[in-house]
Parts: sequence; structure tokens; C-alpha cells
Amino acid sequence: MKKKQTIPELIWQFFCSVKLTVYTLILLAATSVIGTVILQNGAPQQYLKLYGQGGYNLIRILSIDDMYQAWWFLSLLIILCINIVVCSIDRLSVTWKIIFPKKVSFNADRFRKLKNKITFSGNKEISALVKDCEAVLGKSAGKIIKEETDSGVVLYAEKGRWTRIGVYVVHVSIIFLLIGALIGALFGFKASLNLDEGATSDRAFLSKERVPIKLGFSIRCNDFDVKFYDTGAPDEFKSSLTIIENGQESFTKDILVNHPLRYKGINIFQSSYGQSRSSSPESIVIEVMERSTGKVETHNMKLGEKVQLADGQSSFMLQEYEPHFDFKGNNLGQAFVGTIKDNDGKEIMVGLPLRFPTFDKMRKGKFAVAVKEVEQKYFTGLQITRDPGVWYVYIGFILMIIGCWITFFMAHQSFFIEIEKDRDKAARISLSGTTNRNAQGLKLKLNTIVKKIEGK
Amino acid sequence: MTSSLALSSTTFIYALASTFYIASFAFKKQALAKIGFYTLIIGFVDNTAGIILRWIESYQMGYGHAPFANMYESLVFFSWTVAVLYIFVEFKYKESIIGVFVSPLVFLAIAYASFDPSISTKISPLIPALKSNWLIAHVITCFLGYAGFAVAFGFSIMYFIKPKDPASPSIFAKLPSWELIDELTYQMVVFGFLFLTIGIITGSVWANSAWGKYWSWDPKETWSLITWMIYAIFMHLRMMRGWHGNNLAWVSIIGFIAVLFTYFGVNYLLSGLHSYG
Ligand code: HEM
Repeated sequence: MKKKQTIPELIWQFFCSVKLTVYTLILLAATSVIGTVILQNGAPQQYLKLYGQGGYNLIRILSIDDMYQAWWFLSLLIILCINIVVCSIDRLSVTWKIIFPKKVSFNADRFRKLKNKITFSGNKEISALVKDCEAVLGKSAGKIIKEETDSGVVLYAEKGRWTRIGVYVVHVSIIFLLIGALIGALFGFKASLNLDEGATSDRAFLSKERVPIKLGFSIRCNDFDVKFYDTGAPDEFKSSLTIIENGQESFTKDILVNHPLRYKGINIFQSSYGQSRSSSPESIVIEVMERSTGKVETHNMKLGEKVQLADGQSSFMLQEYEPHFDFKGNNLGQAFVGTIKDNDGKEIMVGLPLRFPTFDKMRKGKFAVAVKEVEQKYFTGLQITRDPGVWYVYIGFILMIIGCWITFFMAHQSFFIEIEKDRDKAARISLSGTTNRNAQGLKLKLNTIVKKIEGK
Repeated sequence: MTSSLALSSTTFIYALASTFYIASFAFKKQALAKIGFYTLIIGFVDNTAGIILRWIESYQMGYGHAPFANMYESLVFFSWTVAVLYIFVEFKYKESIIGVFVSPLVFLAIAYASFDPSISTKISPLIPALKSNWLIAHVITCFLGYAGFAVAFGFSIMYFIKPKDPASPSIFAKLPSWELIDELTYQMVVFGFLFLTIGIITGSVWANSAWGKYWSWDPKETWSLITWMIYAIFMHLRMMRGWHGNNLAWVSIIGFIAVLFTYFGVNYLLSGLHSYG
């Protein structure tokens, strides 16, 4: 009668089956599709518009708006993990003795019955034939075990026994990947930071939660540059960044797309750029018209700069940038403010709203000032990440490639040769072999061995 | 010679090679398959020349990048990888009849690249994100993977048309033995799997060096992972559950549909970071 199984045994058995692996993989593959079809991490309104209230409720309950972090998706990954570990332990307890046997032995009868057995005859003394076979087999496989039988001699050799470990390397690599991902999820972050040229920040904003996070040091953007192809497509963008720690400049480095800066476990990437809105512009082209002569002069100015005007006595100074210029209680938007100093020393304040280029003309002063062009500063869009799990993932990557290579292209092959006396000065030679994979490859190899022995 | 001339002639030569293979099969003339094989090799040499010329031309235009930067270039390269893999298989196993199932794929990919009006054949500059040595490693390995799966797909078709009765008079009775079809399909899946694995890994390492995240569930990434999982299922079914024949061939076909979706579907239907396959 079959013994009744205890609960732990049943659980062990559940995780021990390859059926579970296949079903879990099918579920993972099928559900992964959902996240590529349904928008991820969108705003509630977007889902409401696309799927209605009912659809949105369902999406919320199952976390489909962030499904790759959803409890059920992670559960599938954890089941996969337990499945691999339990299976490997279960199988290794058996395979271990196969991979590392105390003594390599073989069952001659098993080899005699193999379908791939090739029998041919040799026209030499048995002892000479045995020597030939030993030489060829030793070269193709490895150490030879030789036994005398009633009718002749049998030789056995094998290679690649260790390659049976390959699948475990692959499976361990998957564990490494998942552990690395877990560490990254728990202790890492992904944030972004838009930094104006000249500006400094000691924090960035988490991409998902949109809350600030301290970096432990400050970043200053010294300069940003963008180059374009003649087609107008961007060719390259580059930021010069200085890391400032405890109030001291630590170092300066240029970063480009694909060439990030890594410092203290934090990675800083060039990801985008734009025109700075918050800070003052880089340079301003100012046009000044002398009312009496109608003469127009153009100056390229910076904030705080002063220029002599055409009459040789007056001057104009560009003082500041006002994001919300107030004129008699009206908000005229972005504007510059400057002062004209007359030849008699009188100072007049002028406002230059960007939206109304002829605004200063209406003042009807001796000079009319207008802003022709504003060269805005850029901001650099930085992506800032930290992921302490990445090394586990990379170890996993390397193990997976090595493991796949061993599993796919190497095999544990055993060869068996029996040399029996046939007639005088002639013998019958039988060659057969086993392999744990790629039977076709073994067949080809057996044929080459036969050719080599015959050629001796 | 220019790359566009080389590549259009390649399309023509591949068409010719497919025709020879199909004719050899239909008329049971082994000699035609041999001609098909040599034609395929000539097409392959031409294809190689086209890719190299295009690479040189991109430098002459001042863009200077490997020709793996858009859909057109990727399709041309896809033809190339399938061709090189198939030539290797025929060389090793000496079964020219299976070329019937693969050479049309080689032709179709490059023909689609040339004749679909929505695919631009212009050499265009690289956007900053693609400027990395990882691009070459990533594209080559991914496409070797796709090629392995494409050839496996071609072989899988044989399961459905080879008559079970060896004495059948059908022309399909001449197909290779079941054992060999099984072995070949498996070898191609394994080859594809190894390279898809390396392709996904190089992509991840690249993403980590460009964006600081090795995995961001971008649709293309996700679909390549789905494909990877389907072929992992294939291998476990074969090795651990003893699946063979038609059932397993279906898994290989589903896997190849996933490859096609990863390659084309994602671009046309979903949005993401990848500009092409
Ligand atoms: C995707 C995640 C994977 C899971 C969950 C998984 C799980 C399993 C399990 C549970 C077994 C049976 C138990 C054992 O023999 O250890 C197994 C066997 C096997 N797996 Fe995987 N595996 C995965 C990926 C892979 C990959 C990528 C390969 C390719 C190299 C692979 C190759 C194999 C092989 C060759 C066996 C047969 C082992 C034997 O003959 O003893 N597995 N897998």
C-alpha cells in the first residue's frame, strides 16, 4: 500500500515538477503581454478615458497599471525561483553521484546492445589492434579503462562528465538575476533632475513617486551643448558636471548619452535637454532707437551689462529679468527691466515685456528700447539612478551564457570498444557510445573514430 | 558599385536561389538543388558586399555608423544571418532538400525591405542613444538568434507535410528522416536561444550604461523576454517531458510568431525605445 504523504512532502513534490515550470513560464509569458498592450504607470484619467470606470476599477484591483511590480506577477517569479531551487536540490542529490563518482565504472552489456554500435574487422594481431584502439580512444576521449573478457578485450573511455553541471549553472544564474532585481527594487532608485546651466542641486526627483531624494552630494551643471546633424536631428548632447561634496568641488566631468558619470554608487546619465524657463537668459539682443534721428543700434547684452548709446552721453543698463512683469496692476508676463541714464544724469526705468516688443515706444522718451531676441539658457535633463543589485544581475548574465554554452554545445559522452578474436590474425571490433545529448553528433564522432582506427 | 545596386541584385539572386530549390523539390532533380545552393552562396557574397559598402558609404556621408540603424538595414542583415546559418547547415548535414523551407525566408526578408514603400532605404544619421559599441554586439547577437529561430521554423514545417507512411508516393516522402528533422530543429532552436540570450543580455548591459536601468519593461524588451520564455518552454518540454514531433513543432511555430511580433509587431502596434527590430 502506498504510504500517505505528509503536507511538507506534498509541497515539496508540487515544487519539484517540471510541469509547474512549464505552466509558470506559460503564465509569465502570457501575462507579460498585458503590460505591453495596456499603458503602464499612466494617470487615472487616461485609464478612465480608455476603459471607463469599470475597466479602471479592475485595473486598480489587479495593479495592471504597474503590472510588472504587481503582487501576482512577483508571486509567479517567486514560484519560479522556488521551483528551480527545489528541483535542483532534488535532482542534484541523485546527479551529484553521477557527476562526481568515487570510481568510474561501466556496464559492458549495456554498450553491446546499443543501436549505434558499429562493427568492423581488423586484420592484425589482437594486441596490435588493442594498441591502435587505445591510441585513438585516448586522443578522442580521455583516460581508458581496459578489461579482459573471455573472448577478448574491452576498452572504455569518456569525456565531459562535468558538463552535466551546466543546467544547474543556468538555473543558478536565474536565481542570481531575480535576487539582483529584488535588491535593486528594495535598495535602489530611479530619479530625474532638470538642471539649468550654472545651477546646483543636491537632490533629484523619484521618477514614479515624484518626491525629492537626497544624493549625498551636489551636482552643478557648468555647461550644456547640443550639436545637430545638417538634417536637423540631434547628433550629440553633452553636459559638463561638477560634483560638489561638503561644499568643496570634487571633480568635473563631461557626460554624453551613453557615457554616464558614476560616483559613490550613483549613476548620472544624460537623458534629455530643453530651454531653461526658470532662470535668466544667457544673452539678449537689444535694439535702441533714437527718436530724433530714427537711428537704430543693436547690442548683444548680458544681465547687469551697461552700454553707451549713440549720442555718446547716455547709457543703457540691462538690469534684471522678471518672469511676471507688473504694469499698473497688469501681469504682462516675461520681461526685462533696464535703466536709461540721460546725459543730464537722470535715470529712467524701462520695462521690456517680451510679448509686447513696442511697449517702450509708448513711453515716448528720447530713446525707445526693444528686445529683439533672447538666447535662453538650456537645462540638462539628467537621469539619476542607484542600483546595488546590478552586480548580482551581471554575475547572473555571465553564468547564464557559460551555462547555456556548456548545456548546448558540450555533452557527457562515453565510448566502448570491444575487440574479439575472429580468426587467425583477424579480429572483430565493435564500437558504441552513449551521450546525454546530441545523439547525431555522437554518431558522427563514432564514424570518425572508426576511420581513425582503420587508418592506423 | 554602390550598396543599393549590390543589395537589389542580392534580392534578385536570392529569388533565383529559392526558385532553384523549389524546382529541385518539385521535379525531384537533385542537380537543381546544387545549383540553388551555389546561387545562394553567390547571393550571400553579394549581400555581404552590400552591407560593407553601405557601411563605407555611411562614413563617406559623415555619419559613420554600422549599417544596423533602421528597419531596412536590419532586414538586409536578417537575410544575411539566415543565409549564413542555412549555408552552414547544408554544408554540415548535406541535406539540400531542406533549403526549400529556408531559402524563401532569406528572399522574403530582403524583398520586403526593398519593396515595402513605408521602409526608407536612406542612410540616416544615428540618434545619440544609438551611438554605442553595444549597438553592434546587440544587433548581431539578436539577429543571429532570430535567424536560428527562423531556420527552426522552416524545419518545423516539414513535420506537417512529410507523410507518416514511408512508402508514400508523395514528393514530400523524400524529406529527411524524422530523427534528423528533430535533431536539426532542436539544434537551430538551441542556437537561436543562445544568441537571443546573449542579445537580451547585451541589450540590458547597454541600457544600463545608457539609461542606468538594465531592464525597464519596454515593449520590445518584454516581447523578447516572452519569446525567450517560449523557447525555454520548448526546451523543457523536449528534454524533461519527452515531447517530440508535431506537438513540439507547434511550440517552435508559436515561438517564431513571437519572434515576428517582437521584430515587426512591436514597432507597428506598440511604442517604445526601439526604433526597429
Ligand atoms: C526560465 C527559467 C527556468 C526555469 C524556471 C527552469 C526550471 C527547470 C526545472 C525545474 C527543471 C527540472 C529540474 C532539474 O533538472 O533541475 C529544469 C531542467 C532543465 N532545464 Fe531549466 N529552467 C529555466 C531555464 C532554463 C534555461 C534557460 C535552460 C537552457 C540552458 C534550461 C535548461 C534545462 C535543462 C537542460 C534541463 C534538464 C536537466 C536535466 O537533464 O537534468 N533551463 N529546468
